Order: sequence, then C-alpha cells, then structure tokens
Amino acid sequence: MSTREATVEAGSDRTRPDGSAPSVPRPAGRRRRVPLRTRLRRDWQLLAMVAPGFVILLIFSYLPILGNVIAFQDYNPYLGSNPLDAFVQSNWIGFGQFQLLFADPAFWHAFRNTLAITAFQLVFFFPLPILLAIGLHSLLSSRLRGFIQTVVYLPHFFSWVLVVSFFVAMLGGAGLLAQTMREAGLEPWNVMTNPDTFIILVTVEAIWKDVGWGTIVFLAALSTIDQNLYEAAAADGAGRWRRLWHITLPGLRPVIVLLLILRLGDALSVGFEQFLLQRDAVGRQAAEVLDTFVYHFSIATGNYGYGAAAGLFKAAIGLCLILAANKVAHMLGERGIYSRS
Amino acid sequence: MTATIVRKPPGTRPRRPVWEEPPSPLGQGAKTVLFGLLVLSVLFPLWVILVTSLSSRETIAQAGGLVVIPRGIDTSAYETIFAGGAVTRALWISTMVTVIGTALALTVTVLAAYGLSRPRSLGYRWLLAYFLLPFLIYPPLVPKYLVVTGLGLKDTIWALVLPPAISVFNLVVVRGFFQGIPQELLDSARIDGASDFLTLTRIVLPLARAVIAVVGLFYAVSYWNVWFDALLFIDRNDMYPIQRVLQSYLLAGQAPNTSGAASATMPPTEAIKMAVVIITVAPIVAVYPFIQRHFVKGVLIGAIKG
Repeated sequence: MSTREATVEAGSDRTRPDGSAPSVPRPAGRRRRVPLRTRLRRDWQLLAMVAPGFVILLIFSYLPILGNVIAFQDYNPYLGSNPLDAFVQSNWIGFGQFQLLFADPAFWHAFRNTLAITAFQLVFFFPLPILLAIGLHSLLSSRLRGFIQTVVYLPHFFSWVLVVSFFVAMLGGAGLLAQTMREAGLEPWNVMTNPDTFIILVTVEAIWKDVGWGTIVFLAALSTIDQNLYEAAAADGAGRWRRLWHITLPGLRPVIVLLLILRLGDALSVGFEQFLLQRDAVGRQAAEVLDTFVYHFSIATGNYGYGAAAGLFKAAIGLCLILAANKVAHMLGERGIYSRS
Repeated sequence: MTATIVRKPPGTRPRRPVWEEPPSPLGQGAKTVLFGLLVLSVLFPLWVILVTSLSSRETIAQAGGLVVIPRGIDTSAYETIFAGGAVTRALWISTMVTVIGTALALTVTVLAAYGLSRPRSLGYRWLLAYFLLPFLIYPPLVPKYLVVTGLGLKDTIWALVLPPAISVFNLVVVRGFFQGIPQELLDSARIDGASDFLTLTRIVLPLARAVIAVVGLFYAVSYWNVWFDALLFIDRNDMYPIQRVLQSYLLAGQAPNTSGAASATMPPTEAIKMAVVIITVAPIVAVYPFIQRHFVKGVLIGAIKG
C-alpha cells in the first residue's frame, strides 16, 4: 500500500470528525490501509497498557462465562485432580439439569419471590430518590443541604453485613426497639425474623442504604432545568404544584426513564448479599431469591452442574431483559445504556 | 458538570426568588420533619453503637443492652479486641486486601482507561467491546468459583484481590475523564517526543487527581467491604477479613472469641460486638468526607458515558 493513499485516507478522515457517513463514498473493501507493522509500532504502548486488564477480565470474567457449559454436564468435582480435569472427564447430559430445574418447586418459589420483591421495590423504593432530590433542591441554605447530603450518602458505603448489623442492633430481638418495648411492659416484636414482613424489611434496608446515593443523578438533572421557565410560569399564574408537574417532572423525565429501564432490565437481581445474610434468620420461604438459590444449590451443597444451570438460566433471561429494555429506550427516543455509535 | 449548588458570592445569604410564593408552614414543617428523621436514621444508630461500645458492664446492665445516654467512658472493649485474636488478625487481613487491592486495581484501571481513550488506535473497537461486555454479562457464580479454586487461590488474599481488580464502571469513569482532556495538550506532548507512557505519567495523571481519588475510594470501599468472596474462597478462620468476623459475631450469634482472657475480667459481650461494628465503620467514615465533594463529578461521568 502506497503512502499516498494513506495520506488521502487521513485527509478524508479529517473531514468527518464525528464518524458519520463520508461525503465521498469510499470504494468497497478499501478501509484504511496503514500497514499493521506501522500501526503496531505506533500503538504498542497503548496495547501494553491494556494488557493487564485484558488478562484479568479473560481469567475472571470470560473464562467463567465459557465455564457455563458445565450446566450441560453431570459435573463431578471429584473426578479429576483439578476443576479442568474434572470438567474434561465429566459426562455430557444435554439439557438434563434444566429439566430437573424446571420441575423443581423450590426454583419457581425463588423465582416468584424475586419478581415480587422487584415489583414491591419498584413501587415503594424507586420514586423516593426523585422526591428526596426535589426536596433537597428546594432547600435554600447550601450549607444545610451539604450537611444532609453528606449524612445520607454515607450508608451507601457500608457493606451489607454492616447494614444488617445496624438493623439487628436497632430492631432485632435484643435490639434497642425490643429493649424499649420490654421496659414499657409491651410484648416486643422482632421484625428481623418475621417472614411475613420480610419484604418490607428488605425494602426499608435498601432505602436506608441507597436512597441518598440515588439522588445524585436527579440533583444533577434538576440543576440543568432552566430557571427562567419557573419564573415565566409563576408570572403566568402557575402555582408551586403546577410548576412541579409541568416543569420539574418533564425535566427529569429522561433520567427517570433511563433508570426505570435499567431497573427493569435487572429485575431478576435483588441484592444478593442482603438476602444471603438474612436467609437463615427469616427462613427460605420468604428470603430465597434466585441468586441465593444458585448459591445454595451449587457451592453450598456441591451440586455444581445444577447451580450452573440455574445461574445460566437467570443470566440468559437477564440479558434478554437488558437488551429488550434498551430497545424500548431507543424507541422512546432515549439514549439507553448504550447507543449504536 | 456544574455543581448542584448555585454559587453565591460569599457573605450574601441565598434568597428566595421574588416570584416564588412564600412557603406554607405546613410544607416547611413536613420538610423539616422528613429531613430530620432521615438524618437521625443514620446518625442515631451510629451514636447508640458508639456509646455502647464505650460503656462499662454496669452501664450496659442498667440500660438493659444498648446504651443511649453515655455514663463515662470505658475503653476495655477496644483494648480486648486489639490485644490480639480474631479481630486483630481480621483487621490486618482486611487492611492488606484493601491496600494491595486498591493499588493494583487503580493501576490496572488507569492503564486500561488510557489505552482505550484513543479511538483511532490499533484494535480499538474490539478492545473496547471486550472491556465493556462484562458490564452486561456478569461472571457466573459457579464457574467463577471453579476457576478461582482451580488456580489454587483458595485461602489466599489473592482470591479476594485479583477478581475485582478491574471494574467496568470505574474504567468508564476514568476513560471518560481522559477523553475530556484537550487533544492539543496531548498532541503537543507527542510533538515534543513524549511516548504514551510519558504522556500518561507526566501530563494526564497530574490532571486526573480528583477522578483518581474518587475511583480509588470506590475500590478501597469495595475491598474493605468484601464479604461474599470471602465466604466463597476463604475457609480458614485465620484468613477471614473483618466483614466475615463481624458477620459471625453479630449475625451468626457466635460469641466473640478473645484470646484467653478470664471471663470475669472480660468486657461485656454487647460492648465488644458494638466495638467491632465501630471498627468496621471507622475507616469509611474517616476517609469519606475528604472525597465526598468529588463524588458528583465521578458518578455523573459514569452515568453519562455509561
């Protein structure tokens, strides 16, 4: 390839900095032809920088994703001296694990629990950061607002072990609430072990941990709304609530739609550690969700193929949901999680 | 990325715009109660736990468990914990995991973010897709467990350090910042003969201090908080990180194990439990205010570019 053509290519590149269709169509099959050796010499440092991350993802993300094929095996960890050996020696059984899975009432129970908790949190948790952000935004004193933000962001950085420990200390059987009720001569209730109210408990925990953090995106969106709109509306006689309805909420719409779609795409995940930590205290009936099911029926019991099948099923549905949600986002004219740029 | 706070010249109090109607007392009252409760819901438990951890046996017995109003300070719970034993060891493990992990993860992430910030470089599209795909497809639990154990990492801190050493979210945040650096700056460095490594270390990194602080905090917190990976990969008690110990004391009902102290002289169980909570929270509460003002920027870059 001649250098002259390379320069022409470079020149034509400059005319379309955004990567849109070139004004002069290129001849088919003649993409840029800077020789590989030249590009390697130019970019080898960039490639070297990418290498460590590449290797880590290869080993700890892509290799496990390929390892999903044990869902189609009767995987026996004791067959070989290491997992790879065991994998090679295990029998292939096709969709046998999936047939077992779909006939397992415990699996469908976990499935229903997961969907119920997602739906419950969508109604009772999802709107709260929006409301809180609007409330924070309306505070005049920036110092007070900064203080409140500092405090409510904090629990986001607590581990779930810590969050559940806080709740046990406050609301558990030996906690402050029970202690106060006993002193007042009342029968103490222990919400930490009550399966009937468990769905409320996990939602309250999730709110406590992340409601403040969730406001960040909405606060940023609020600050981009043109203040003149409010003034003009007020001059036209729109009251506080009408301004909220006709200016603030439409201004937040793109962010709300985006986050709603993301949440729907992730409908089968409801905070794994949170449930695993409380599963024993509350019982499987209420606290078994898909993620804990996968854990308990694979690693905890040694039935790896079965757990892998459940995990693969969940991942496949999750991927479909994400792609579908993103499609809907594009159809609504929103950006979605990724765009085709 | 404007801050959410409209900057007023110092000294002037923020004022309500003239066109806005004066707030109704009911609305003001509701807002005060709501924000007050929210702030209290975070600060009050912290207070109770801190006070209980510093209370003597008599105070705790008198209060019936948890102490709200302090009566004197008794640090014996902390002395017992730091005298050696499970908690001291776990703190050491967690500190190592956090320090090594954060250093490694920051290095890997910054390098990859810079390597992926130049759209015309060799293999750019493929590499970018390769790095972003794990955002959509999580590594499945069972095969991941088999990979980590198969590599012989079980019961070593590397099982906790290596797998999360690159997070796609943090990568996107750092890369977004790098791409916002004016191209002229990088071009001039190149004309002066700087290699990519030199450009990164001499020009880009000094500009990126804030974003690196935020991403570093994210990594440090996630390493400090590691619990489930330890449940999976760490079977030996003496390799437990702090979250595992906290769980076994507070949630699994295991009695705090203190090395050989006679039970009569031992501080009360409640105080020890709460002291473990405080020790687990302390690093987060200590570091967080310094970095908090950069959050909005970091999170928003991720939200927009992601």
